[in-house]
Amino acid sequence: MTAQAIKDQSQERQKQMLSDYFDSLAHAKENGRKVVYTFVPGNLTELIANFDLLPVLPEINALQNGMRGRTGDFIHAAEKSGHSEDVCTYVKADIGMLKAGNMGPTGQPLPKPDMLLLSYTGCFTFLKWFELLRKEYADCPVVMLHVPYQGDGHVTPQMRKYVADQIRDKVIPALEKLSGRKFDPDKLKRDLKRSSVAEDDLVWVLESARHKPSPIDAYFGGVYYIGPIFTAFRGTQDAVDYYQLLRSEIEERIRLGLGPVTPEGNLGEEKYRIVTEGPPNWTSFREFWRMFYSEGAVVVASTYTKVGGLYDRGFRHDPANPIETLADYCMGCYTNLSLPERINLIESYMNEYQADGLLINSVKSCNSFSAGQLLILREIEKRTGKPGGFIESDLVDPRYFSAANIKNRLESYFQMIEARRGRA
Amino acid sequence: MSTATEQSKVDALVSRAQALYEDVSFESVRRWKGQSECRKAIGFLPIYAPREVIHAAGALPVGILGGGDQLEIVRGDSFFQSYICHLPRSVVEMAVSGRLDAMDGFLFPSICDVIRNLSGMFQMLLAGKYVHYLDLPQNFDSELGGEFYRTELHAIADAVGALTGTRVTDSRLRGSIALYNQNRRAIQELLQLRTEQPWLVPTTEYYLLLRAGYLLPVDQHTALIDEYLQAVPHAGRRPLDNIRVLIRGAFCEQPPLALLRTLERAGCYVVDDDFVLGSRFIPRQLDETGDPWTALVEGFTRHSVSTASKYDEANTKGEDLVSLVRAVRADGVLLMAPSFCDPALLDQPMLQSALDKAGIPFTSFKYSEDTGQFQVIREQAGTFADAIKLWGKA
Repeated sequence: MTAQAIKDQSQERQKQMLSDYFDSLAHAKENGRKVVYTFVPGNLTELIANFDLLPVLPEINALQNGMRGRTGDFIHAAEKSGHSEDVCTYVKADIGMLKAGNMGPTGQPLPKPDMLLLSYTGCFTFLKWFELLRKEYADCPVVMLHVPYQGDGHVTPQMRKYVADQIRDKVIPALEKLSGRKFDPDKLKRDLKRSSVAEDDLVWVLESARHKPSPIDAYFGGVYYIGPIFTAFRGTQDAVDYYQLLRSEIEERIRLGLGPVTPEGNLGEEKYRIVTEGPPNWTSFREFWRMFYSEGAVVVASTYTKVGGLYDRGFRHDPANPIETLADYCMGCYTNLSLPERINLIESYMNEYQADGLLINSVKSCNSFSAGQLLILREIEKRTGKPGGFIESDLVDPRYFSAANIKNRLESYFQMIEARRGRA
Repeated sequence: MSTATEQSKVDALVSRAQALYEDVSFESVRRWKGQSECRKAIGFLPIYAPREVIHAAGALPVGILGGGDQLEIVRGDSFFQSYICHLPRSVVEMAVSGRLDAMDGFLFPSICDVIRNLSGMFQMLLAGKYVHYLDLPQNFDSELGGEFYRTELHAIADAVGALTGTRVTDSRLRGSIALYNQNRRAIQELLQLRTEQPWLVPTTEYYLLLRAGYLLPVDQHTALIDEYLQAVPHAGRRPLDNIRVLIRGAFCEQPPLALLRTLERAGCYVVDDDFVLGSRFIPRQLDETGDPWTALVEGFTRHSVSTASKYDEANTKGEDLVSLVRAVRADGVLLMAPSFCDPALLDQPMLQSALDKAGIPFTSFKYSEDTGQFQVIREQAGTFADAIKLWGKA
């Protein structure tokens, strides 16, 4: 039997917030609330809230189902109905859940979408995902928000204009039509102001990992309780309060010289400081995490926690330019960066967080992350002189998590760091 | 004109196209560039790039479709995990082995995340060369996606023009559009002949002719097809008892030539397909008299063909496929996708559902550009063809 995880107050708080969120989704229709499905990267949470609509994030449902051991059956069902074994398992987990009655991760029903807001940001599969969902929900309108990729390593004025114009001319009118409400620019400004307050605290928490020992784990902790609140709750007072609470906890950890909280309590000695690239595996999340903390390894910075925004590089939602700031937010997500810019970011993390090495978890499902990762690894090793590690798994397909192989590789990797230190 | 004479003309034309197909080191491009010091070549990846702009800037647009089954992968595999498709491996192999040295720049049109990230890899592997990710709009509103695309076209024109020293004027661009219109006309005639009398145009010949257009200057390619169209009806070819099939899924990583030969030997005439799709991405003539940039923008946003990498705004891809099957009188559909190809494989359930609903037989299989074993595919395609011949359904 799995031991009960030890949690900080913030973790209990975020659990309650997520539970309330899924509860609101389960009762959305009876409460007269309409629902917009959209994606985490490039999400327009403040804009959706402007019309009193509820966001549903299919990736979050898939990963939450993965953590609860439900996705294996869902993926199998999707493959039986004609979906290829080669493609993204988030999509197949979502389609499989739908075919099994659309009961969400908490066991409560998920509402059908009233709109599919296709924020096509940093991931080609999003486009196909909503084309597939549209077929499942025959009359559901789709609104395309094409977010250009930073192929040349920067955002041009033309790119910003293109996204902002789409938000003004396509997205807002569609949300007005769906909700029957007029767009309220003052409310958007107020919400964006709250977003920026929470963003300040989020960044403070992420950067606390520069301390030795790091008071947080910026990957496992990052996706578990530091980052997830951000997407669906951004712009709310709840999010502001949550990040103040989290920050105060981390301040206390630093004062006491504590490492991060793990499911088995506070981490003891910090032996390895790691930067990670790529999403985690969700189906064996706790086992995967244990492979790190049982060796004294702490992730001090991760790229995956930046798919929802690169706040630590200075971006803040700007209430003074509400539409353009949403455009900039969409274009600035990690998966929308060019490969050279991803490498530059990882290199800066390696230096700023005094990391011992880069570990890449390459997931089969996600070509947006995975294509090019071997070049990233070599380039970071060359630039920093620190060892790189490479493991392979998947997001939510349990067939692709080979615990023994991954554990062996990780142990070898940590030994390699140790050996390099010995030579230094 | 004797049948034998016309057949030998056809053979000569096809041999020329085959030599180009086998030219994975782009020697033909080197020769073309060697004729003048100021000549430049711009490589573009699948699917669609606005070749008219490159041409108007005085450069040769060169399609890079991977090494097929002709290239030994020595270093390319070390850049990609096992679950990434094959095309980027051979393209990287070409890059790191110097085979792409004849190119002065590269365009990576938006197809999928692999090609997208490959653009960044090229920025690093071939530092100093012009490498641009061409973000084709997924919003087809002329005021939104159209305007964004217009800025992309101008950016490419400026960048390639800076390499060649030739400014892309409206007049030059109109001239290029006119040349490519001739090419579009010739390709459409080839497609039509193949659809109407597929025994005259074997799939391998048709494919080689299309591929030649990715290496030859456009006027030479148009002439090649025109000569073929003149000769082949008199080459004495007779129909076989084959079924007529439509192929979808092969728009990016290309099937090896032997696979196409296998399909015909298994009893399938290919009467419609999406091979080398960029060469006919805009199937109609573009305006040669007005604003040439608008002609290109509208060509893409309003008239380009439907494919898996483009957002299906109208939500009609299934119905469109069914209509096309009927228009070309196909007996069935081969859903033929490269392994690990996200766009094609994510599209398949939607296409299958539409075909099922319409009662159109289909079968599906995967390949990679270097597939070398065809027995299973031959049996599958042969069984499919036999079933249709015997019972009218698979």
